[in-house]
Amino acid sequence: MSQRLIESVFMPLFSNDMLDARHDGAVFTVDEANLAFTTDSYVVRPLIFPGGTIGDLAVNGTVNDLAMCGAQPLYLSCGFILEEGLEIEFLRTIAESMKAAADRAGVKLVTGDTKVVDHGKADGLYINTAGIGRVCHRVGADRIQPGDAIIVSGDLGAHGVAILSTREGLQFESAIQSDTAPLWCEVDALLDAGIDIHCLRDLTRGGLTSALNELAQSRRLAMHVDEARIPVADTVRSACELLGLDPLYVANEGRFVAFVAPNEAPRVLEILPQASLAGTVLDEPKPTVYLRSRIGGERILHMISGEQLPRIC
Amino acid sequence: MKHLDEYRDPERAGKLAAAIRQSCARPWTLMEICGGQTHTIMKSGLQTMLPDLISLVHGPGCPVCVTPIELIDKAVAIAARPEVIFTSFGDMLRVPGSHKSLQDVKAEGADIRMVYSPLDAVKIAQANPSRQIVFFAVGFETTAPANAMAVWTAEKQGVENFSVLVAHVLVPPAMEAILSSPACRIQGFLAPGHVCAITGFRDYETLAAKFRVPIVVTGFEPVDILEGVLMCVEHLESGRFDVENQYGRIVRRDGNVPAQDTVAEVFEVTERAWRGIGEIPQSGLQLRAPYAHRNAERRFPTQVGRVSEPSVCISGLVLQGVKKPVDCPAFGTRCTPDHPLGAPMVSSEGACAAYYLYAKA
Repeated sequence: MSQRLIESVFMPLFSNDMLDARHDGAVFTVDEANLAFTTDSYVVRPLIFPGGTIGDLAVNGTVNDLAMCGAQPLYLSCGFILEEGLEIEFLRTIAESMKAAADRAGVKLVTGDTKVVDHGKADGLYINTAGIGRVCHRVGADRIQPGDAIIVSGDLGAHGVAILSTREGLQFESAIQSDTAPLWCEVDALLDAGIDIHCLRDLTRGGLTSALNELAQSRRLAMHVDEARIPVADTVRSACELLGLDPLYVANEGRFVAFVAPNEAPRVLEILPQASLAGTVLDEPKPTVYLRSRIGGERILHMISGEQLPRIC
Repeated sequence: MKHLDEYRDPERAGKLAAAIRQSCARPWTLMEICGGQTHTIMKSGLQTMLPDLISLVHGPGCPVCVTPIELIDKAVAIAARPEVIFTSFGDMLRVPGSHKSLQDVKAEGADIRMVYSPLDAVKIAQANPSRQIVFFAVGFETTAPANAMAVWTAEKQGVENFSVLVAHVLVPPAMEAILSSPACRIQGFLAPGHVCAITGFRDYETLAAKFRVPIVVTGFEPVDILEGVLMCVEHLESGRFDVENQYGRIVRRDGNVPAQDTVAEVFEVTERAWRGIGEIPQSGLQLRAPYAHRNAERRFPTQVGRVSEPSVCISGLVLQGVKKPVDCPAFGTRCTPDHPLGAPMVSSEGACAAYYLYAKA
């Protein structure tokens, strides 16, 4: 839906080389400094969920969009749209979680705006953040090469399941915590070690499947991943099983996929002990992602259309 | 995950696939009845592990797929009424009626809530005494006990504002219809394990004997399905036509008798129309007289016209295993999960959607 809106309303009006790159953020040069700039709005419900708040998300999401451009996040702006009647104490809790997230990511919140709308005109609270970062390393879909290792930074699906289970009032024996976290520390560690990262993508809406398919489409190279090597925590796997969801499609807020030359993969796995070598880029000029299933069958890992809906039986 | 991982074990799966290759000397066409099984087959890429001699065709066991379009239109009309809170399992929401889906009317402001259990719908009714709560009672014998329990509970607790729109269907009459068709090319069946967990498999013994086909009651995990295929092939190669129970850890010959009793208390067998297939005698459930006042069709009379499916859609033939989704000229071009022409493209359990999502080109 939002993809169609972007294509039909915004792109024809605003098209330019930076926007057309369709990355998580725009990358440009000002007085010889390479900068990345990005923005995102947060309308999540519930506002507080196991493992995070809309505030953490608003900081981490923008920090991560910059990190995925190979940029060190520096400064954030923040716009609040508050619904009349929102409790000040509640707002303070959200603001405190933003402060903690900003400190953790090493960014400063340097400008902001607050608007109050009538009761019933907003779901309690919406947040928009924008961020500027300094590009430390050029990454992009165009740098993906046949043979590249596809590395997933950690176990998948926790954020989406945490949100869904809270929203639907489902309770599991052990509460599943959102994975919301700033990704710059991990990217920075890789760059510090001199790893030539070819491409980075965070695994937010649509999960790993969407990220891989979008990249396969934009680079026009097929990819192959091995389900058995894609880490999913047992609790998340069980919850997905019960809800009829596939963790490969579930949103994450603190996970990314990195593409590196195959000889660099072992070092990446050493630096990121939670990461896993999930697959390879094939030398096949097709926008297709193949998956070897856990039991050894082969299939296509296709983009999902619409939201995943739990099945009847 | 205990009780799951052992049925997704690559080593066991590999051994079963090898055993199937060894047992299979002639070409066989098998049908798995249940959409959940189709889903597992496609999602695990099981077809790529089987010899070319075995052709798996996909049966009508997708409740979303076989619910008639007129009933979806009724659901949409009832859900749009301001006094109604319409409750449904999630995957019914996207199914297109002749003009709109439930999701469309939800976007227009109708109060439609996704529930995981029909008893949750009864709770919603208790919490909203001034509203009318309608539950879309869809599914096979598997979901019938829980849906019957919801109706029974509402009756016992005097929850007057709770009613159900019933679209229940039964597997054995559909299998009989498929087997009786001159176009039928199915030589063996994987019967739906969860349906049999409720009903047992005596009815399937009658079918196996009448039509001389082997029927293997089969589970839903990859190892279950491979084992079901192996048993079915062994029957066919040795000319045996009886029922075998692969899913013994869940299914007994007599099924779950208390669940059957609950269903029989609330529902009775009736003729029902199947989307893409047509009327099948004795193939559905309707509320018995003491519960008939909870029939949402009666409580909210709605006029919906008879609707014809898009002529290009071959979903009826796909649901009967006569054609495969890729045989359809519209598959993947005019008909996609974004713009489904027929129900099997809507539900993730539908054969067309499973092919679209998972099949290796």
